[in-house]
Amino acid sequence: MRAASGKLDRRELVRALLADRGELLVVAGLGAPAWDITAVGDHPCNFPLWGGMGGAAMIGLGLALAQPARPVLVITGDGEMLMGVGSLASIAQQAPPNLAIVVQDNEHYGETGMQQTATAHGTDLVTMAEGAGIKATMRVTAPEQVPALVAATRAKAGPFFAVAKVDAANLPLVLPPREGAILQARMREALLGPAAHLA
Amino acid sequence: MDRQAMETAPDAAADWPDRIYALLKRHSIRQVALVPDAGHARLIRRCLADNDLRVVTLTTEEEGIALMQGAWLGGQRGVLLMQSSGVGNCINMLSLATIHRCPMPMIVTMRGDFGEFNPAQVPMGQATQTVLEAMGTLVHRADRAEDVEPTVEATLKLAFHTYRPAATLIGQRVLGAKTFGKD
Ligand SMILES: Cc1ncc(C[n+]2csc(CCOP(=O)(O)OP(=O)(O)O)c2C)c(N)n1
Ligand SMILES: [Mg+2]
Repeated sequence: MRAASGKLDRRELVRALLADRGELLVVAGLGAPAWDITAVGDHPCNFPLWGGMGGAAMIGLGLALAQPARPVLVITGDGEMLMGVGSLASIAQQAPPNLAIVVQDNEHYGETGMQQTATAHGTDLVTMAEGAGIKATMRVTAPEQVPALVAATRAKAGPFFAVAKVDAANLPLVLPPREGAILQARMREALLGPAAHLA
Repeated sequence: MDRQAMETAPDAAADWPDRIYALLKRHSIRQVALVPDAGHARLIRRCLADNDLRVVTLTTEEEGIALMQGAWLGGQRGVLLMQSSGVGNCINMLSLATIHRCPMPMIVTMRGDFGEFNPAQVPMGQATQTVLEAMGTLVHRADRAEDVEPTVEATLKLAFHTYRPAATLIGQRVLGAKTFGKD
């Protein structure tokens, strides 16, 4: 699961997060996280974002509150999480047990040409999440930690927040559907049945 | 100068906030996202007292747009309460409503609109409707107390029946202007 740099390979990490996914609902931040969940296999209960930078965690919150019995996993980038970092306070306040957020921290804005983010200069998103009031957190740097990470994202003992330090290489594009109405409708139908379209 | 003179809040006898609350219930709203505004204080109190409504206090209004997207994905209806300056914080996030055809009703209390005292409220207050419309939102104004209920109902119906962002702007004329004791 390690890339040549010794850091975690982001696709292998996501493959582990989505293995035997069961009831899991997944929101992925724009860019590489959206390509990563799609590379593992597109799924009606995947909601890959094409925009709305900074909004992934709050989409996860709205979904987790609406579907309290299902585990909700937000997979996003360090740049995306930094743009919406105040959401961590809003999420801590609501404290949905079924919401987990995993940041794939490559310390760069990968999608836009690999410029460094604040996490390359000492900003620690786990400390920020803890400061926001999120109690269940994890820092992941080694493959041996991944089984515990996966278990925590499914445990519904959250809100749970983790940062996984991942290799910065841009991997081949694997694009999800681009039509947002379909992405929304397919998850609603998976959750609500055909009645989703008569609401 | 007392706090009341500083904040723009409706007359205690005005019942339009209670009528909005009743509409939220009638239209099965479950998640109420907000950054507080004095004009919404009474409605916020009603929502907080209701265990069937999840009140989500945001750090910035754009979080509320994303929250409504998640709520709808999961089969619940949300609404966003904010003051006009908060609309500026939502601009790019509003693209979610267009991309996904997601219902997103907003109830906006206006500042910088009618008899304003605070210069800082005027630029965004004057741009509120233009900005919302530029992002594809259907906008209706309520400038008299008796217009608030039917206008908010129209906004909720437009949003949920036709799958789009829609907003009611409650004019400062309805709210009363903040004067900092200088009226
Ligand atoms: C509001 C906004 N600002 C900037 C961009 C351009 N942009 C697209 S992806 C991205 C970088 C995302 O970085 P990160 O979340 O760390 O993902 P990575 O590609 O590094 O995994 C940026 C800045 C955008 N789409 N929207
Ligand atoms: Mg990154």
